Order: sequence, then structure tokens, then C-alpha cells
Amino acid sequence: MDFGSINPVVLIASLMVAATPILLAAIGELVVEKAGVLNLGVEGMMIVGAVAGFAIAVTTQNPYLGMIGAIVAGALVSLLFAILTQVLMANQVASGLALTLFGLGLSALVGQSYVGIVPPRTPKIDMGFLSELPVVGRIVFSHDILVYISLLIIAATWYWLNKTRGGRVLRAVGENHDSAHALGYKVKRVRILAIMFGGACAGLGGAYLSLVRVPQWTEGMTAGAGWIALALVVFASWRPWRVLAGAYLFGGIMVLQLNLQAAGFRIPVEYLSMSPYLITIVVLVIMSSSRGRTSMSAPGSLGRSFHAAG
Amino acid sequence: MLRLEKRPSPSQMWNYATPLVAVILTMIAGGILFAVLGKNPFEAIKLIFWDPLFSEQFAAYSRPQLLVKAGPLILIAVGLAIGFRAGIWNIGAEGQYIIGALCAAGTALFFYPADLWIVFPLMIIAGAAGGWAWAMIPAILKTRFNTNEILVSLLLVYVAEKLLAAAATGFMRNPEGQGFPGSRNIFNYGAASNQELIANSGMHWGVVAAFISVIFTYVLLHRHILGFHIQLAGQAPRAAKFAGVAPARLVLMCLGISGLTAGLAGMFEVAGPARLITIDFNSGYGFTAIIVAFLGRLHPVGIVLAGLLLALTYIGGELAQFMLNLPAAAIQVFQGMLLFFLLALDVLSNYRVRLTNRSKETV
Repeated sequence: MDFGSINPVVLIASLMVAATPILLAAIGELVVEKAGVLNLGVEGMMIVGAVAGFAIAVTTQNPYLGMIGAIVAGALVSLLFAILTQVLMANQVASGLALTLFGLGLSALVGQSYVGIVPPRTPKIDMGFLSELPVVGRIVFSHDILVYISLLIIAATWYWLNKTRGGRVLRAVGENHDSAHALGYKVKRVRILAIMFGGACAGLGGAYLSLVRVPQWTEGMTAGAGWIALALVVFASWRPWRVLAGAYLFGGIMVLQLNLQAAGFRIPVEYLSMSPYLITIVVLVIMSSSRGRTSMSAPGSLGRSFHAAG
Repeated sequence: MLRLEKRPSPSQMWNYATPLVAVILTMIAGGILFAVLGKNPFEAIKLIFWDPLFSEQFAAYSRPQLLVKAGPLILIAVGLAIGFRAGIWNIGAEGQYIIGALCAAGTALFFYPADLWIVFPLMIIAGAAGGWAWAMIPAILKTRFNTNEILVSLLLVYVAEKLLAAAATGFMRNPEGQGFPGSRNIFNYGAASNQELIANSGMHWGVVAAFISVIFTYVLLHRHILGFHIQLAGQAPRAAKFAGVAPARLVLMCLGISGLTAGLAGMFEVAGPARLITIDFNSGYGFTAIIVAFLGRLHPVGIVLAGLLLALTYIGGELAQFMLNLPAAAIQVFQGMLLFFLLALDVLSNYRVRLTNRSKETV
């Protein structure tokens, strides 16, 4: 065992990469839940994004087109969930599960001819002398563009939710859909758009996984990342900046765990790779046991379907 | 414009009709999917739904497989249905299934090669206890700390999969297996073997357990006060509280029962059809059982029918894979679509569809 081989600077730089997929998926789900909808299909939307992004990137040899394709694909499959829950008033828990099962199957079907292919490389942004600064350069200024975009999405979501009229309408719809409806807001339209935003973010997160983080396509490659993203929203008590903190924390755990595996730590690989899931559970327990705070911050109408009477 | 109007109470007629309509719609959509994949849709549908049972070429092998596959699906799904009725979502049956199998296999390997009649009953107890204990984790976290049982039970599936991998490559590996992953063959160990009870029927102890659990669940849900409480908690949680239903006890019980049946299913599988613990021992029964429970309308009798149907898609899917070179994942998509259509059609039992300009009834 050799702890010396774990370089903290590289560790921090790579945890940002490891965290980006769940960060993107979680911020999308946060907006969806803020609108009062619980979409358990994050895992399914992520993996559809992963395979769509991969397929398009390989075909066009352009990773960015792949990512755009993943955004569209994620939004499209989330539309299935939106129709089920918003138009046809289906149970949200069951519909989310259906989306996950369907997405896993669909991605495996589409992806079978892409197994073993190497995707086009996503270049790192070259920031000249900034990237060459010691420590800071490696951590802050030498990533691919998606890492920065994900940070931008967090900031924009925070600003939009808290400082704009549209964001307040969305929150009103999530807190109390009957009152929002009485005020004349289009509850369903807001929710459908929120669901599609969530799908787009999850799709992009999935594409980041298959194009940058891994980078290749394997069946079921999201391996629970979508579920960790869902837990992250609870952990963050529905606040964008805490999603960022939480995602980087989880990213750190994942990277550390991989580093320990590589360093020949004496625990078998299987037990080390359990740790992200176990830690997610522990965090969920800690967050939900402080009863008052979490239940206060959860949107009031979360998971309830809305049907305008009359 | 069409407008939806909530029915005072769900339509009984549509309640029974929607699963059938959903199956038909899935066949149509599935046919389109197969056509897109460049296969003859009629041939594919016939191969999946008809040939396993009635073709002379395949039926001899396929027909017994129906019970082999339906057994675990039904056993897991009846357990899940109890919780789903109460609004308690155990979606980690896959994990409980794995742990049940691991506990049962561990028991068998502990006694190996002693030829004692007690081994098989002990394995049943170990399997059930393992699944139960794994389900108790989300249950206790839910009742003690108010932690979401959906997320915890699901996350534990991944933990169970890693444990399975550790078992197959490490602590349960066959010492005489020349270093290959996988445990000793439990099916070939007489005292632990879950044999076919009637030759060429596919009937093994797991299928018997499935039918016993169906009867037990029917009595529990329809003839027992507990069943009424479960129903009440699901449909009117506030009323349930006033009626003296303790939510915590209900959570422990519902998750406990579903974990127990999932663990049992894993036990019968590892001692029977699967024969041994391997890395990919679990084949998604725990997730497919969710579809079975919904397709069966959370009703024990419905679940038997739904379990047989989904078992058919597994067998037919394998056949189509073999004969038409249809990808294995196509069946997964097919099953996912089935759940989509089912959920979409539920609107017809809960709502009336009306035209807005004239209040003409269309349904």
C-alpha cells in the first residue's frame, strides 16, 4: 500500500470531473422538485443521454454535437414522463420507475453496436499561462468546457430561482399548486417545462459520463449515478449551491475510493466500490433525521399530482 | 378539446380492462420496434407469445420454463404489492433477492457435504431471514430517521451487487473451481438441491412457495383487518391515523414481508435453476416484479396472470434472440413499454374523458 502515490492536487482536479455528471443531473432534478414533481427517472434519462451523446459524437466525430444530442434525447424521454404524470395524471413514483426501466433497456438496445469504440476526445480548454500556474492551474484552469458550464448552470439556476419572476412562479407552483392555479399560473405548463429541463440536464450529465469521464460505452454504465443525484437533492435541502458542495463531496469520495483501489489498499475492490452508495445512505439518514429542517425545505406539493377541478 | 373529469370512484370495468389493452398496445408498439430493427414484427410477436407454449419445436423445452421464470416473479411481486397498496415503495427487491440467495448459499456451503435433511429447511429460513434483514435497513431508517425508503432500498441494490461479486470471486468461491469465479454447485449437492417436483413441469419448491404466498396475500388483503389498514393507509393516510393505524408498524411490516418473499425467491433460485452463486446471478427479477405487481393491479390473482405473462416475455425473448437474432435488450424495452402503457391507461379508470364544448360523453 502506498499513500504517497495519491497526489492531492490531481485528486481535487479529478474529483471535479467525477462530480460533474451527478452535479448536472442533480441540479436538473432540483428544478423539477422545486416545481413540485418527483421524477425518479433520473437514472433512465442519464443513460439515454449517455448513449445518445456517445452515438452522435462517434458518428459526427464531434463531442460537442454529441452533448447537444444528449440534451435533446434527455429532454425527449423526460417528455414521456411529463405526459404520463401531467396530462394523464399517472402516479409519479411508478412513472419515474417506468422511465428508468425503459431508459436502461432502450440504451442497451441502441448502444450494442457502440461497445468497444473509442469516442472523439473532448479537449481541455487551454488558458495559456493560467493553466501552467502551480496547483491552481491544475485545479481551476485545466478542465474541459463542461466543468465550467456545469458551474455556470448552478449559478444561473440559483439566480433564476431566487431573483426572477419566472423562478418565483415555478417555486409557487411547487409549494402550493392550488394557490398557484388560483393566481392564474399555468401549473401544468410550468411543470412540463421543468421536467424537460431536468431531462436535458440529466442527459448532458450522462453524455459527460460516456464521453469524458469514462470515456466509452458499456451497458448500464451510469451504475446508480442517477439515484445518487436524487439523494443529492435531498442532501442539498433543495438549494443550488449545496448541490455543488454535495456533488464535489461525492466526487471526492469516488475518486479517493478509486485511488485507494489503485494504491493497492488491502480491502478488496468490491468493498471499496460499495462506499459511494453506503455514504449516500448515511448522508440521507443524517439529513432526514434533523426532521424539522428538511421537511421545511421540501417543496409543499412535492409528488402530488394536480388536476384543476372545474 | 378533451377534458378530464374525475370519477367519484374508479371504474371497475376499466380497472380490469386496462391491463389487457396495455398488453395489446405494447404488442403493437413492440411490433413497430421490431420492424425498425429490421425483423418481421409478426414473426417476432408470434415467437415471443405463441411459440414457447404451442410450437412443437420449442414447447417441450419452453413450457416448463414458464413456471421456472414465473415462480420468482410472482413470489417477489405479491410481497411488493402489499407495500405498494399502502404507499410504501420498496424498489430494492433485487437487492433483497441477492442477499436471500447469498444467505441460503452460505448455509448450504456451511453444511457441505453433509447429507442431512435439515439443510434445505435451514436454507429456506436463511434466505427469508436474509431478504427480510436487508429490507429492514430501509424500514428502520424510515421509521427512526424518516429517511426516504425508495432511495435507500434502491441504493442497497448496488451494495448487494458488490457483495455478490465479492462472494463469487472471494469468500464463497469454489475451492475446487481452479480459480474460476462462482461458488460450488448447490443444485448438485443433494441435501440442498431444489429439485423439480414433477418431471418436466418446471414445478419446484419456489413455485409452490409462490402459490402459497398468493393465497396468504389474498387472505391478508381481502379477509383480514390488516389488509384494510394497508388499503386505508395508501388511500387516506390521515383517516388511517384516526383509525389507529400505526404508520411505523405498517412500514416495518410491509417492507419486511416484501424483503422476505424476495429473499425466498433468491434462495429457491440459487438452489434450483441458477445452481450456484455467480457474479451475474441476479437477472433483474426484482425489477421486473415491479412491473408484474402493477400489471396485476396489486391483486394476488392478477399478479399470478401478470407473472405468467412476463415470464413468457423472458422465454419468448430468449427464443427470439436465438432464432431472429433480436437483441436481448429489446425485451427490456418491451417490458418498460408495457409499464408505460399501463400507467397511461390508468387515467381511464380514474377519470372520465369529456369533450369541452359539448358535454358529450365519450367514454
